[in-house]
Amino acid sequence: MADVYADQEAQSRKEQSLYASRVKVYPKKVWGQVRKLKWATLIVLLGIYYIAPWLRWDRGPNAPDQAFLIDMPHRRAYFLWLEIWPQEVYFLVGLLLLGALGMFFVTSLFGRIWCGHTCPQTVWTDLFMWVERLIEGDRNQRIRLDKAGFSFDKLWRKTAKHAAWVVIAILTGGAWIMYFNDAPTVVPAILNGTAGIKVYGFLFLFTATTYLLAGWAREQVCIYMCPWPRFQSAMYDEDTLAVTYREWRGEPRGKHKKGESWENRGHCVDCRACVAVCPMGIDIRDGMQLECIGCGLCIDACNNIMDNLDLPRGLVGYDSQRNQDLQATGKPLHFHFIRPRTIVYAVIFSLICGLMAWGLLSRSTVEVNVLHDRNPVFVTLSDGSIRNGYTIRVLNKTRDEKVYKLSFDGLGYATMSVVGQEDSMADNIARLTAAPNMVATYHVFLTVPPELEAEESHAFEFTLTDRDTGAVAHHETVFRGP
Amino acid sequence: MTTPKKDELTGVATTGHEWDGLTELNNPLPRWWLYVLYATIVFGVIYAFFVPPIPGVEGILPTTRQALSEKVAEAREGQASFLAGIQDSDAAAIRADGELFAFATAGGAASFAENCAPCHGAGGAGAPGYPSLADDVWLWGGTLADIQTTIVHGVRNNDDPDARFSEMLAFGRDGILNGVQIGEVANYVLSLSGRPDDPAAAARGQEIFAENCTSCHGENGEGMQELGAPALDDAIWLYGGTLADIEAQVTNPKHGVMPAWGGRLDETTIKMLTVYVSTLGGYKE
Repeated sequence: MADVYADQEAQSRKEQSLYASRVKVYPKKVWGQVRKLKWATLIVLLGIYYIAPWLRWDRGPNAPDQAFLIDMPHRRAYFLWLEIWPQEVYFLVGLLLLGALGMFFVTSLFGRIWCGHTCPQTVWTDLFMWVERLIEGDRNQRIRLDKAGFSFDKLWRKTAKHAAWVVIAILTGGAWIMYFNDAPTVVPAILNGTAGIKVYGFLFLFTATTYLLAGWAREQVCIYMCPWPRFQSAMYDEDTLAVTYREWRGEPRGKHKKGESWENRGHCVDCRACVAVCPMGIDIRDGMQLECIGCGLCIDACNNIMDNLDLPRGLVGYDSQRNQDLQATGKPLHFHFIRPRTIVYAVIFSLICGLMAWGLLSRSTVEVNVLHDRNPVFVTLSDGSIRNGYTIRVLNKTRDEKVYKLSFDGLGYATMSVVGQEDSMADNIARLTAAPNMVATYHVFLTVPPELEAEESHAFEFTLTDRDTGAVAHHETVFRGP
Repeated sequence: MTTPKKDELTGVATTGHEWDGLTELNNPLPRWWLYVLYATIVFGVIYAFFVPPIPGVEGILPTTRQALSEKVAEAREGQASFLAGIQDSDAAAIRADGELFAFATAGGAASFAENCAPCHGAGGAGAPGYPSLADDVWLWGGTLADIQTTIVHGVRNNDDPDARFSEMLAFGRDGILNGVQIGEVANYVLSLSGRPDDPAAAARGQEIFAENCTSCHGENGEGMQELGAPALDDAIWLYGGTLADIEAQVTNPKHGVMPAWGGRLDETTIKMLTVYVSTLGGYKE
């Protein structure tokens, strides 16, 4: 008996290697509605990606005129009319939250629509596959070419393919650089070799990753590298629409000869067209799987077969688990888009949208930050007055030198003085200047006379007014006493 | 030994671990993943030649430490023109020049935190026995020149012959005044700043004050900066403002000591400190 177990174990170990080699996928060309949609999406997305850095936006002198620019050395980001300072990084947080929630929302409704249509990995892989097909031919030709021995034909096709991929990768990496540099300046600089080590470094990095991920890694990225597919099932429920093989209609499957009856059998003729076109190399008829990115190309493939067989389309289609069960038992379809899950996602999404919009609309070109001195919290003066110190930071987000009036409300009888300009005070209004596009720092003292017996903590606010435009920024703080 | 169980649905062997019916599948790792691991090892070895992780060993590429020293040197170069400006100007001129003023305030703040804050407190808040630099009275004068002199020479130290010096007589310890008289004069001192006192005792103390204290603290206790004699008619008390505190000080006075910084800090740093201290709140022109 022991021998039998040992044999079984040895056998099992043999089968169960620790590592699995990649099985190369040769997706077949397919044409249909989903493919049309995917091409359209690809053209629009790549169009945005490549054209956006070239759009200009006039911000006046001394400011970059690129519509979309992240200026790292100067710590500024420009999006059309917006100029974001590092202090406003919460806008980026908001954008990331919107991205995450938007994906949750869409996934709960339509499954992996992001993965299959708009993810950069999918878009560039699609583009690379198109080039591959153009040079090496369709699925069967590519399989034959890979199996064939060395020949001039194989050499030039492989060389041409990789050269084309590298060119696309360089253009991809180059476009990425343009979001961080002035595009019309950096392109000639890259070409004549004066762009600097950082630009070339990142150009190489993005070229290399594009070439590797879209040319070589492809479906491996989705299966092994990307965390998103791993927890997308958490957003799925029985009403989520996903690319589905309608088993109740297809089974039992089997070959079909022309003229044979469709009685007592399913509509699936086991032609494997759906498998041949799949960029992930899976069989959609196995049901929902981690590897399926929901691109829907199998829908096109199957529909074409169904058309040839004069059977209704949609043996593979977008459908929900609930509808599968309903149809299998001959009940009418039921679409259920408004569900607690989608409502929650939509409500949070709208809330963040609203917050962002409010933040952007109420965004002022002047901002004031007030830091109440902690050391000392307050100072007793010789006549018994109590004085507090404040560090005032004025953010001048305009391109002009600005003069501001600093005043305070809610602390009557206090007197104000600014360190370094003790003489220039009138009516407790200080005159503060700030250089263009800079933060100016001032130290301000407020003194409350002894007869007022300053409270332990008294809230009041500073008001900063732009002398020319009247733009106002407030900042609440406290006056501390013994 | 048992054979690995197979998961019925997928046909994949399990690790044998099970949690509430959930089993862990023993799926193989993609082979390229292994190669990536090897590639990182190779990269690590090559990288170690370029940037060795061994202290003191120089590689082909600059280490972060070298990059840091370069940045620091760059920053020092940027400071040079300001430091030269401070070198060539007196504290008043520095205060009048916006850029120099900002630079000196920042530099003085850093030096203050390192050298002065242990006694005078962060921000010059002071502590009992250590004068506050943020209020509006000064023991030895609050003009820029006064502040600078105090920093350079210090107070009551044995290192600098030019140190500011004064000593209050130990009226109690040396038997100049008796306990009753000390109580009376302390009551009078309290009355100078309008603090609650014993009016009868204070009235008797007035004469004692006139005889013993006015030569340093002034007719009405307004103080005398040449001698570092604090004003007694204000709300600020270096050693405490209660009757007991004042009696203790008259009986056996405490004297603050400050080191001379002239030999320890360079001239520019002392100027920056002077400017910084003048921004704390007690600036007098």
